[in-house]
Amino acid sequence: MEEDNKNKHIHLTRRSFFSTMGMGAATVVASNNLAAWASEENKVMDPTEPTKITLKINGQTHRILVEPRWSLLFVLREHLGLSAAKTGCERGECGACTVLIDNVPRYACMTLAVEAQGTEIVTLEGLMKGEELGHVQQAFLEQDAFQCGYCTPGQIMAADGLLRSNPKPTDGEIRKGMSGNLCRCGAYHNIFQAVNRAVELKGGG
Amino acid sequence: MLPNFTYVCASSEKEAIKHLASDGARIHAGGTDLLGCLRDHVFTARKIVSISKLDSLHGIRKTAEGGLRVGALATITEVARNPIIRDRYHVLAQAASEVASPQLRNQGTIGGNICQKPRCWYYRGEFHCLRKGGDQCFAAGGENQFHCIFGGDMCYIVHPSDTSPALLSLGASVQISGKRGSRTVLMEHFHIPPGQDVQKETILEPDEIVTAILLPPASPAMKSSYRKVRARQSWDFALAGTALAIQFSGATVEKARVVFSGVAPVPWRSKEVEKTITGKRLDANLAAKAAEAAVKGAEAMEKNAYKIPLLRGIVEEELIAIAKL
Ligand SMILES: Cc1cc2nc3c(=O)[nH]c(=O)nc-3n(C[C@H](O)[C@H](O)[C@H](O)COP(=O)(O)OP(=O)(O)OC[C@H]3O[C@@H](n4cnc5c(N)ncnc54)[C@H](O)[C@@H]3O)c2cc1C
Ligand code: FES
Ligand code: FES
Repeated sequence: MEEDNKNKHIHLTRRSFFSTMGMGAATVVASNNLAAWASEENKVMDPTEPTKITLKINGQTHRILVEPRWSLLFVLREHLGLSAAKTGCERGECGACTVLIDNVPRYACMTLAVEAQGTEIVTLEGLMKGEELGHVQQAFLEQDAFQCGYCTPGQIMAADGLLRSNPKPTDGEIRKGMSGNLCRCGAYHNIFQAVNRAVELKGGG
Repeated sequence: MLPNFTYVCASSEKEAIKHLASDGARIHAGGTDLLGCLRDHVFTARKIVSISKLDSLHGIRKTAEGGLRVGALATITEVARNPIIRDRYHVLAQAASEVASPQLRNQGTIGGNICQKPRCWYYRGEFHCLRKGGDQCFAAGGENQFHCIFGGDMCYIVHPSDTSPALLSLGASVQISGKRGSRTVLMEHFHIPPGQDVQKETILEPDEIVTAILLPPASPAMKSSYRKVRARQSWDFALAGTALAIQFSGATVEKARVVFSGVAPVPWRSKEVEKTITGKRLDANLAAKAAEAAVKGAEAMEKNAYKIPLLRGIVEEELIAIAKL
């Protein structure tokens, strides 16, 4: 894409991200600079001139240059190499892009990256406990809660968000809590079981 | 990828209003409707003015008069979970919990919900329809299974909001700030029917911001409820629905507000139903009569005739249910 080439010097491609991740090259811990960034918020951002923003993702602070029209989903996937959140409808209809923003599930496709400044973002990558799967991930694996797997990262984030605010949901609450995530393979039955299993694994059951 | 726009995150209402004066500026609250419209080229935005960081528009709190002030930026989830709203303005909590999906309720705001654009598939699609400045309504002779049975006038959209009928039933008003100062408008006068202006859904001027929604004090004798019927169990817009706010004295209806969703271009107040039940004992007989009154004057198009018996059934069931609450 044209704009990507233009900004090559500042953006890491997905591959270069993975190859340099070990050295932490993609992230700059800049908590002491947050106030300075915040005060720039009222600047009018020009459509063609990328603007520096700070995003806190999975506990790490990232400084990146963005165009105002870039969604959080686009930035996660194409500029930070966090490709678990999937691109589906890009209209808030399918849930494949679900991430946690300040602990609640939201659609990254319907969130401008600039608007996500000052929040805590968690993606599927952030649920890992070192090399081990997090509870909800483990539950999905145990219950075989997917077929093609495309919707799975979003389903897991929705379930994780649900359990954060409601550690022991009723069946009705699970159905309602998961209703923003569609599965074209129709794995709903096992997804439902997986959420129940995640309740047990998290110690809520 | 969205089309290009200039972006500014306002730090005060005044600053937001100033930016809104420029041509092609649009307000961004939660963005859940705005970004979808931009992506589908329903309209363009030269400048996006974000109001999402304006503290004065956040929060839900009691007013000196004993009512409630719901900040325009209160999320739908906040509205659905607020203990006072659940207790005294039940219809609103219920309607909010029926909006869209959990993710969208976490992000979408009440101000954005009452200002959202219609969902007519011609309007959202690549059709230069009347509402977009074209010269015809494609639904009139087309795929109109989700269109209106009341209030159609050149254009046949339904208003997509679930919270608006609930707010109207509660007698809420909308607080607005703009270049020329502030004004407060009854919810009932906030939405515009197509016969009045086919290209506008609300009375807002381009430089105006909804700052809050005001709920009048709730009488302890009031019962309220919202019923929404949709085509599927996961998220969906209303095929038809009704908001009820009724003051009882024993089993007798003292005062009633009845507002339909999913059947008209604006939240549709049914004075016919209100008249039929006011001053009478609300029992199954009266509910059946009221249900007949509900659909008086309804006009079906080729593919939405099912909405008439659907609405009749909803009104009858809900009136019987609220009498038993
Ligand atoms: C898949 C899907 C399903 C949905 N289902 C439902 C449903 O079942 N029921 C329902 O009621 N809604 C439904 N919605 C609509 C959703 O609830 C709204 O998009 C949301 O409430 C809008 O709030 P927002 O803060 O995101 O608004 P934004 O997208 O930020 O704004 C929406 C519009 O209102 C204007 N605006 C926003 N705030 C203000 C303000 N304070 N003053 C003046 N203008 C303002 C904006 O300029 C824009 O035109 C659905 C949406 C989607 C995408
Ligand atoms: S890609 Fe975000 S909801 Fe479908
Ligand atoms: S597993 Fe294939 S879409 Fe859900």
